[in-house]
Amino acid sequence: MSKVEQARQKKSKKKMKRFFFRSIILIVLLAALVFALVSNLTKDKAAIGVGDEAPSFQLKQINNDGQPLHLDELKGKGIMLNFWATFCKPCEQEMPYMESLYPKYKEQGVEIVAVSVDFTELVIEQFVERHNLTFPILHDNTEQVRDLYNVGPLPTTYFINAEGEVVELVSGQLTLEDLEGYLQQIVPKE
Amino acid sequence: MKKITCEACQHLNPEGTVLCESCGKPLEEDQYIDGNNKTKLLNMRYEGSSRRSQTYNKSIVDQIWNFFSSVKVGVTLIVITLIASAAGTIFPQRMYIPPTASPATYYEDTYGILGQIYYQLGFHELYSSWWYMILIALIGISIIIASIDRVVPLYRALKHQKPVRHKSFISRQRLHSKTEDVSKEDKELLIKGLKKQRYKVTEDNGHVLAEKGRFSRWGPYVNHCGLIIFLLGALLRFVPFMYIDDFVWVREGETKVIPETHSKYYIENKEFIMETYGDSEEDARFEQALADKGPVAKNFQTNAVIYENSETTIGAEPKLEKVLEDSIRVNHPLKLEGISLYQTSYQLNEFKSMSFIIHETDDQEEEELASFTVDLADPAREYNLDNGFRVTIDQYFADYYLDNGIPRSQSDHPKNPAFVFSVYPPNSDDPEVSFAGIGRNVDATGQNEYKVGLQNFEIRDVTGLTVRRDYTLPILIIGGIIFMIGVVQGMYWQHRRVWIHPTENGVWLAGHTNKNYFGLKKDIEKAIDGTTIQMVVDQAEENKKE
Repeated sequence: MSKVEQARQKKSKKKMKRFFFRSIILIVLLAALVFALVSNLTKDKAAIGVGDEAPSFQLKQINNDGQPLHLDELKGKGIMLNFWATFCKPCEQEMPYMESLYPKYKEQGVEIVAVSVDFTELVIEQFVERHNLTFPILHDNTEQVRDLYNVGPLPTTYFINAEGEVVELVSGQLTLEDLEGYLQQIVPKE
Repeated sequence: MKKITCEACQHLNPEGTVLCESCGKPLEEDQYIDGNNKTKLLNMRYEGSSRRSQTYNKSIVDQIWNFFSSVKVGVTLIVITLIASAAGTIFPQRMYIPPTASPATYYEDTYGILGQIYYQLGFHELYSSWWYMILIALIGISIIIASIDRVVPLYRALKHQKPVRHKSFISRQRLHSKTEDVSKEDKELLIKGLKKQRYKVTEDNGHVLAEKGRFSRWGPYVNHCGLIIFLLGALLRFVPFMYIDDFVWVREGETKVIPETHSKYYIENKEFIMETYGDSEEDARFEQALADKGPVAKNFQTNAVIYENSETTIGAEPKLEKVLEDSIRVNHPLKLEGISLYQTSYQLNEFKSMSFIIHETDDQEEEELASFTVDLADPAREYNLDNGFRVTIDQYFADYYLDNGIPRSQSDHPKNPAFVFSVYPPNSDDPEVSFAGIGRNVDATGQNEYKVGLQNFEIRDVTGLTVRRDYTLPILIIGGIIFMIGVVQGMYWQHRRVWIHPTENGVWLAGHTNKNYFGLKKDIEKAIDGTTIQMVVDQAEENKKE
């Protein structure tokens, strides 16, 4: 091999090395940038999001004789899981919509479960009586379940399909049309 | 790679070299890079070594690399970020407006049209906006790449320094002098003088290089390393394992789940204590000051019990076992399996229970016929009382307010409790309705025979605890320390060099430093003291005079 050729080879080797070195550094930095952006965008979102499996829990029912309700008992059904409180106005406004659609969708295998994060039981009982609510109303008095789902603002509603997977997550008040649309999504397929 | 041969010493320099690596002679064809061709004095930036970024621009990777390597780009990014950061302080950020206010209306209502624009541009959450994050990240990338691109050639250039320098290098240094006749003794005296001032001297064939403080040249790069570590620490705050920041309110006597522990740990607030100066005898010396200023807080403390929950079904009645009991004071957190509970907030005097009596409406003495106490944490629906009275709570408002004339509760905190009572007199199924609360007692019909009056109430305090885990803190501290070391290194030391170039009978002298020429001149002055060697002339100052 001539000296010129050797030099040329050395040179192209060096060039390759530099190319790889620079590429790797740039890729690492880009990855860090993407990580920071994605983390920042998702940091305020609820812990359980669309596509996640809805974690199970058990809470005391306010209506229906005060039986405890375990989410596993509803396996195979679509579940609308609503977090609310008596003092929250938008929660109160969407309750009649839920009640009006409940019988129709219960027949199709969808259960509506509303978890109140109120401090006292009495206010929930009286709220339920005032609005004639028939779907299960649960009381999360230690806020364990709210913490589990990391629910921020009220109301927050999860639509969970028969396989136990969250298909929709709605933060804020639902309209009657929206509600019906979401409920249709979680009707179990025969 | 294209090489450039130095005309003076025949050394082969890499393309882009400004001053010959070996003898320092300016290489004609590359003088445009540092603008040397226009001035008499040499630009010694990066020792005139070849910076690849200035010459190679072939692949896309090289182009991106060179973009970030540019100091101009770095400074531009910093300036943009500074302007953006300043803009974020024009109006308060989202987290500093009242928590109940909706930002959509708050900014417009409070600050007018400018506030609305501010909100619509997303400036109310500027520091966590995606574009601000990108700006910070780009600065980080620019720092890393610019450092890599400069530190390597600079290191090479300083390591391979040779005492023998070309005459044009010597004469174009800022400090320079020519002396025609110098004795050997005087030359040695000069070298000795420099050595005495802790200069490191290398000699080659009568040519001498004396230098000190070279390590200060690494200051900026040490500083950048610190910054990068700091940024890395900030980035790790997004990882829940590294960083948790949550908050919990616990009332006295209440047991609550500690957030972020997956219902594993519970906390009971035994007592919240707020002490002010003047409570104890030894505070008597502050009497005058306290009389002038009013009460001053001395201690905020929560006496807490921590329980571990062995019940795995979340939401089910917890099975609690006491783990520890301790006090939490400001700056004295309670530590528990990687998380700390800090005393950060409190509310005094939340209502715990309220006692009412029933008396005849027209009884001036308000003689008690029956009494009952409502526990505000768990109000009962019905109270069976003495003398055959019965009371039911028809409605309870924990935090009463009137919403367009309709009574509602603002929250579930018993801040302003109010009740609608139905009072069943003895042997009667015909209730009398009254509305009672703090400072309110309304008779629904105006014909009630009996009146419900507030007799007494119990209060309790609520403690606010921050739940925090921060493993990024050591990284941030290390980054900060390295940053400061770099700053000190580059600020308080200077890289000073003196070249001694022998001519036929005399010497040419040249001096260069990265800062503080005054100090270098003093050094040279001391070294040539007692010799016939001419003091160096500051050519930059000469130029100014002309």
